[in-house]
Amino acid sequence: MSTIPNAAPTTRASATPIVTSEARAFAWIFGAAIVALALYYFIGVDQGAFSVFGSDTHIHEFVHDSRHFLGFPCH
Amino acid sequence: MERALILRGALAGAVGGFLAFVFARIFAEPQISAAINYESGRDAAQNALDKAAGQAVPAMGPDIFSRTIQANVGIGVGMVFFGVAMGLLFAVTYTICLGRAGGVRARTLALLVAGGGLLSMYVVPFLKYPANPPAIGHEDTIRSRSVLYLTMTLAAVLLLIGAVLLGRWLQARLGTWNAALAAGAAYVVAVGIVMALLPSLGELAANVHTFGRHATETPLPLRDPQGRIVYPGFPADTLATFRIYSLLAQVILWGAIGLVFAPLAERVLAPLSSPEAARRDAAPASLR
Repeated sequence: MSTIPNAAPTTRASATPIVTSEARAFAWIFGAAIVALALYYFIGVDQGAFSVFGSDTHIHEFVHDSRHFLGFPCH
Repeated sequence: MERALILRGALAGAVGGFLAFVFARIFAEPQISAAINYESGRDAAQNALDKAAGQAVPAMGPDIFSRTIQANVGIGVGMVFFGVAMGLLFAVTYTICLGRAGGVRARTLALLVAGGGLLSMYVVPFLKYPANPPAIGHEDTIRSRSVLYLTMTLAAVLLLIGAVLLGRWLQARLGTWNAALAAGAAYVVAVGIVMALLPSLGELAANVHTFGRHATETPLPLRDPQGRIVYPGFPADTLATFRIYSLLAQVILWGAIGLVFAPLAERVLAPLSSPEAARRDAAPASLR
């Protein structure tokens, strides 16, 4: 991923600090990932192929145009 | 630190989602309207054929939200929240990559991660299962189509993570340039294998059974019992334009995430990257 060719990779110091070594970082990273996946699911998938609110289609119909435009399958 | 980065990721995502919404409202909505008009006309023609054949015509359910709401508010909410979701995933990836990306600067890393997000969350799945406007996509296959799309997306993301790890591992023996090329080639081959294994939408059993063998679900011309075309197939220009705009919206979204986040991240990380901090980091662990 580095953009600097010909530099000795083993001896080069990292240009950015390691942030995720602290345990407390894990909670934030894990929480953010969960929130992101929930949003992705409700905007893209829910009330189409799968539905957590039964046969209700309010979310699906409301975000209908963005669901098509963001590339998700929709009927 | 991680809190500051993740909140800034969400902010960058919201900005990107909003810009993508403005683009969608101006450019995509006319195409979506054209597709919905096509669908209404086709349904009317189909109903006329069914009536002539003596079949019952299904009644249409009432619309929950008007087209005005869907085209002005719903799409905006959808795009902004999708942007926030992508901004969060971006920030998570960025935070994990920090300190593990060699000599890449903080703001360069932001653009690389955004590029990876665009590639794996949208472009690669799009190549196999491109975005479709309304009127394309059969109701009975929604579950298979969703599972296939999510499978393709998950494969694109996991394989990209694998390619990055492969590149890091190869870097020691091949150098950065050749390792990146080798990892990129491995990604292309692996993604190609997944695409070859997954079925095209037209090949789904329900579609073959009802419509015969076709590559996609794009509506073909509607014919009467004598075989005469009574309603045209889906307009090719509408489909092509919609797909190009869909791709451009994602470029805007991920571009904004990378470009908004990059300077914010540099400012957050600046205190850690100062010479003083570097000296402190270089000190033995027992002194910290």
